[in-house]
Amino acid sequence: MGNRTPFRLVVALALLVALPAGAQPRTVRIGFVSTLSGGGAALGQDVLDAFKLALRHLGNRLGGLPVEVLVADDQQNPDVARTAVERMLRRDQVDFVTGIIFSNVLLAVGDLVFQNQTFYISPNAGPSEYAGEQCNFYFLNVAWQNDNMHEAMGHYAQLKRYETAFILAPNYPAGRDALTGFKRFYKGRVIGEVYTRLGQLDYSAEIAQIRAAAPKAVYAFYPGAMGVNFIKQYAEAGLMQQIPLLLPGFSADADVIRAVGRSMVGVFNSSHWALELFNPINRRFVEDFRRTYNRIPTLYASQGYDAALALDHGLRAVGGDLSRKAEFRSAVLSGFETTRGRVRFNRNGYPIQNYYLRQVVEMPNGEIVNRLRGTIFRNHGDAYVSRCRLP
Amino acid sequence: MPGFPAALVLEQLLNGLQLGLMLFLLASGLTLVLGIMDVVNLAHGSLYMLGAYFAATLAHGTGSFWAGVALAVLATAGIGILLEVSVLRRVYTRDHLTQVLATFALILVFNEGVRMIWGPQALLLTVPQELARPVRLLPGLGYSAYRLFLIGVGIGLAAGLFLLIHRTRLGMWVRAGASNRAMAQAMGVPIRRVFTLVFGVSAGLCAVAGALLGPILAVQVGMGEEILILAFVVIVIGGIGSVKGALVGALLVGIVDTAGRALLPPLFMHLLPPEVASNLGPAVASILIYLLMAAVLFLRPQGLFPVRA
Repeated sequence: MGNRTPFRLVVALALLVALPAGAQPRTVRIGFVSTLSGGGAALGQDVLDAFKLALRHLGNRLGGLPVEVLVADDQQNPDVARTAVERMLRRDQVDFVTGIIFSNVLLAVGDLVFQNQTFYISPNAGPSEYAGEQCNFYFLNVAWQNDNMHEAMGHYAQLKRYETAFILAPNYPAGRDALTGFKRFYKGRVIGEVYTRLGQLDYSAEIAQIRAAAPKAVYAFYPGAMGVNFIKQYAEAGLMQQIPLLLPGFSADADVIRAVGRSMVGVFNSSHWALELFNPINRRFVEDFRRTYNRIPTLYASQGYDAALALDHGLRAVGGDLSRKAEFRSAVLSGFETTRGRVRFNRNGYPIQNYYLRQVVEMPNGEIVNRLRGTIFRNHGDAYVSRCRLP
Repeated sequence: MPGFPAALVLEQLLNGLQLGLMLFLLASGLTLVLGIMDVVNLAHGSLYMLGAYFAATLAHGTGSFWAGVALAVLATAGIGILLEVSVLRRVYTRDHLTQVLATFALILVFNEGVRMIWGPQALLLTVPQELARPVRLLPGLGYSAYRLFLIGVGIGLAAGLFLLIHRTRLGMWVRAGASNRAMAQAMGVPIRRVFTLVFGVSAGLCAVAGALLGPILAVQVGMGEEILILAFVVIVIGGIGSVKGALVGALLVGIVDTAGRALLPPLFMHLLPPEVASNLGPAVASILIYLLMAAVLFLRPQGLFPVRA
């Protein structure tokens, strides 16, 4: 029976491996649905990589519980996302859902997650819909409300006294939120307001319109590949030197800078986070992210990292008891330490935080990065919270 | 309504011309394959994508954009020929549905293959240094040198293709094959070799478009399908099998699309309340070319330049 020995060995080993597992507390299952292919892939990848980095820093535990992360690519397609979320909720029975980048994708799956009484921790998308009347107990956003960055840049354009502005965004919920936010604080004259198809990559027609309108400033909200293309084409058309281009942090972070290069130097943009924000969490995050993934982290990455910190903080407060949902929520809302210091939240689940002015600069070592230039808003919330009926 | 200054009109015309000529590179191959070989080749867009990926990789590898583009065109033409010999030859005699299924399968294979080899993230292909600057056309109008170069390449290739088709023996065979395949074969045209060659050339043209549009657009999985739809619109407008139709259709689509995006939203802003206009303007602009196609089909169901009477 000598040939049976390897089999027995395997069985024994399997038992050895299986034994301690039975004694362990239950694992937290995280459904991570994000855009990991196509023009928005860099964003989803940054959030995912930073989320994993945070888990590693937390010893692969959230609030003391072992973690299992299930990843799905939504392809920036609301239908694909719905299928993935449905599968994660029903078959995999995940405890939390997170990861979505685009607001139109989030709005397509939000009701599924909320009806299942599962928390959605948003590391990015912050649609106005979920900030006002439709705010939800199960929705928490660790990043910002969609309008915020644009409000900051609108305020900046107002401070600079640009008399006229030409503003552009993709035609989807976050794009409309963006320009609404900009106009809320910019009191000059908007002489052009253009909504382009989501995913459009050739902006020659819009750039010709800008040139003909000759505004004092241009404001453009284009995340991911759209931003790369718009800014490249704006520079190639020779407009960079003629009309200042103001951007939200989304369109001027490391992912875009990497692709566009030197022609972005000098551009001002707004952000709730910056590479050099001085706190121990941010320092560890930035250093380890660069070392692990060999690239400069973006604001998206900081949000992925903070999503994991939010989960850890909330689960710690309830002692790992996943059924104490109200306590979990109020623990997160009351605030915790993030990559941008301590952040508190409004009753609609959106943060109250500072917004900074950054400028793209070329460092002495040739690296092109964003540098902090000042604070635009302090402890800034969102414009919709008064319409939210949650306690 | 504010007047449209000459500079704006000129710039939009150039934009439309550039888009149209690049579409022509795709549509000419598509229309020949469909017209002569009677094959609906949905994988045409995948060849465009491959051209862009090859160009991005080879430009990076050789350190020269131009070497990258040239090698990418050769490599894609080679793959096109391989594809014709191995897969498409087997579906010539089948009905269109089988062809659609087979070539749709090819799209999935190519997309997944590209994802496996190059990863899901978009690749970077930058405009060559010597063309990465604006050229002054009129006072106050700087136009991207690279886009002017695309227009030049498009015109050059269109002229070359016309000479090839109307002035050479090969071109005569191609025209004969397009208007009546059985008769051409009976008259001794080596139709098999012509098919392989046409397929190789059309794959090469795809690669030219993919490689040259790479720096303006993005080199990513799925880039082929988006432009394939436009290419089909072009050949339906132009008339299937007609290269002249493909050129006219492509220019029409390019100019109508650009003009629609530039002129419709401001026009709507003047006529309608802003909330309605900001939603309706972009929506109508994006379906304008389909309206154009519907109108052409209504007036001339065979397209503008029908090949078969």
